[in-house]
Amino acid sequence: MSGELTVVESKEETLPRAEPAVSDAVPAETVIEPPCGWQFLNVRELWRFRELIFFLAWRDVKVRYKQTLLGAAWAVLQPALMMVVFTIFFSRMAGLSSGDVPYPLFAFAGLLPWTFFATALTNGGNSVIGSERLITKIYFPRLAIPFASVGAATVDFAIAFAILLLLMPFWDVWPTAKLLLAPVIFFLILLVALGMGTLLAALNVNYRDFRYVIPFLVQLGMFATPTVYMQPRGDETGLRALLMMANPMTSLISAFRSAVLGGHISWDSVGISAVMAALLFLAGCLYFRRVEDSFADNI
Amino acid sequence: MTAAIRIEKLGKRYQVKQGEEGSSYRTLRESLSDWVRAPFRRPRKKNNQAPFWALQDVSFEVQPGEVVGIIGHNGAGKSTLLKILSRITKPTQGRVHLKGRVGSLLEVGTGFHPELTGRENIYLNGSILGMSRKEIERRFDEIVAFAEVEKFLDTPVKRYSSGMYVRLAFAVAAHLEPEILLVDEVLAVGDVAFQNKCLGKMRQVGGEGRTILFVSHNLPALQVLCDRAVLFARGRVVADAPVAETVGMYLRSVEERAQVEVSQRTDRAGAGRSRLMRLEVHNGEDGCSGPLQMGGPCRFTFHVDRLAPGLMCVFNIVDEFGQGVTKINSNYRSQEDFMDPESNSRLVCIIDPLLLAPGRYRVDVGLYASRELQDQIEGAAFFEVIRGVACGREAPRSRGDWKFVLPHRWILPHDLG
Repeated sequence: MSGELTVVESKEETLPRAEPAVSDAVPAETVIEPPCGWQFLNVRELWRFRELIFFLAWRDVKVRYKQTLLGAAWAVLQPALMMVVFTIFFSRMAGLSSGDVPYPLFAFAGLLPWTFFATALTNGGNSVIGSERLITKIYFPRLAIPFASVGAATVDFAIAFAILLLLMPFWDVWPTAKLLLAPVIFFLILLVALGMGTLLAALNVNYRDFRYVIPFLVQLGMFATPTVYMQPRGDETGLRALLMMANPMTSLISAFRSAVLGGHISWDSVGISAVMAALLFLAGCLYFRRVEDSFADNI
Repeated sequence: MTAAIRIEKLGKRYQVKQGEEGSSYRTLRESLSDWVRAPFRRPRKKNNQAPFWALQDVSFEVQPGEVVGIIGHNGAGKSTLLKILSRITKPTQGRVHLKGRVGSLLEVGTGFHPELTGRENIYLNGSILGMSRKEIERRFDEIVAFAEVEKFLDTPVKRYSSGMYVRLAFAVAAHLEPEILLVDEVLAVGDVAFQNKCLGKMRQVGGEGRTILFVSHNLPALQVLCDRAVLFARGRVVADAPVAETVGMYLRSVEERAQVEVSQRTDRAGAGRSRLMRLEVHNGEDGCSGPLQMGGPCRFTFHVDRLAPGLMCVFNIVDEFGQGVTKINSNYRSQEDFMDPESNSRLVCIIDPLLLAPGRYRVDVGLYASRELQDQIEGAAFFEVIRGVACGREAPRSRGDWKFVLPHRWILPHDLG
């Protein structure tokens, strides 16, 4: 093994930089008692462990593309290749309409937030069972695990988003002031992914069935959400429209696309989705907190 | 002065499913069908689940600055206690008050990632153990110097030798500075020199007025480190006394357990695909029972219930003070290895000549299959060694100052030519 060892002096580059820690507010006394049912979010404790969340996310980012030939290029390649495939099949062969926007951009701008959502949800849902060693050997607020698991997906998203902005001029599409809304929409998507991911992560500990449910959910969701096709107009009262409304990703993805490529943003449906995102997030975290005490015994 | 750790009537119950210990998690189908059937079922006790109390009615206090050892057989509740104290799992009953910052070391290198470099792992592991980034930065050089890995800081730890890996992992943990430190059997790793260094570091930690709770099977180390020890048996505290007294009680209880036939014993660890049913220690290769004679041959026969693939037998011979004397491992194959031709559920080890000092010894046995622990029994057998002839001469009298004789011979200087 000695032949492979390389000693590199690169102190500055490898050190992670987080915001400087404020004084350690350590409780003077800890009381350990039997679990007492529903507990509210431990926001203060999570805040104290924010560095741990950061380090766990940073680890995922570091490890994600280790020992791959193309490295971080995969973050770009995944949505880019999907864009090409969908352009060929849906636009060229099936003749799907994308309105005023060129189809490749239309697909890319939809695939981008969807890929983020799908990756964040999958990673989140599998995060707790993937951290068995940590959970059975050390204490920290357990919510740190699903929260940190979306870090790598966020970095991928940021890279692919930059590529999208670089691609737009080729089709003569220029960003408008609405672009400023994109981070807000992204945040809402993040909330939905965190809420569902946290819920699935907790369910996964007791019922490994969810390991198989998650990929299925993601695939189904991709087709149930107008990511690569336009939301059909006309039947806004039927069952299909209701289902579309119940899926918070529907309006969030089309709002994201409009924010980046220009177009109409339906504030009503974004508002409904925002409320649903917040509720999903709360429900996921509360259920997680309800069952987290038994993780170490059941995992 | 208020106690650093105050434990009041602590209890932990586990639900053990009878029949199928292996599958510990429920399927969704079971839960759903339970839930659907619930309203139609007569209220009664769930008959398929037997409660198992890993801890029951445990109360004791630890004063600030005290170093307390926790000892007991496998399954006595030591690890469960540490898990509750380090907040990994919640108790079923009772309450614990902890005063000050708690650091727990249930495993060395928790959260180490093989793909990350040594430097990155120090940060990751440190933050998992509860250090802030500033603290890690402040102690970074100290940690690296302690682990002696300066040259390989930017190498992924998967390329580290196991010794380097353990040193680095322990170095991070040793520099954690909590007021209360919980340690579980982590000194069993690493080479001897590094173990001593860690023992020194831990003692230093204790010297600074830190409270330490220390679970270990390493009785000599415990006696050096601790002032007091608590003995657990079947989830209860059976003794809480100065360390020498508690260790003595423990050693006597190990002997008492050996009165029960090995196949009936429940204080085992391991996966259980192969279990030790009986261990016979015989004098001479022909197999007479009775005390073993120093310098003579002896035979250890391990009866197992079935041979798992890749079975490996390891046994420790431990003296009456709880100090390990030697460890014999069947994995290191030898031409002379012997398996009983009549039955393939016996493993036989012949020691000839037996060079142990006269005294009383016990045998701790571990069975492994494909490197996974299958069975572990402390004190599977006891035997007595009486004086005899070693290496051609009468062995000196032992007053506990020597444990065994090395194969040797004496020559006169003119023989050297």
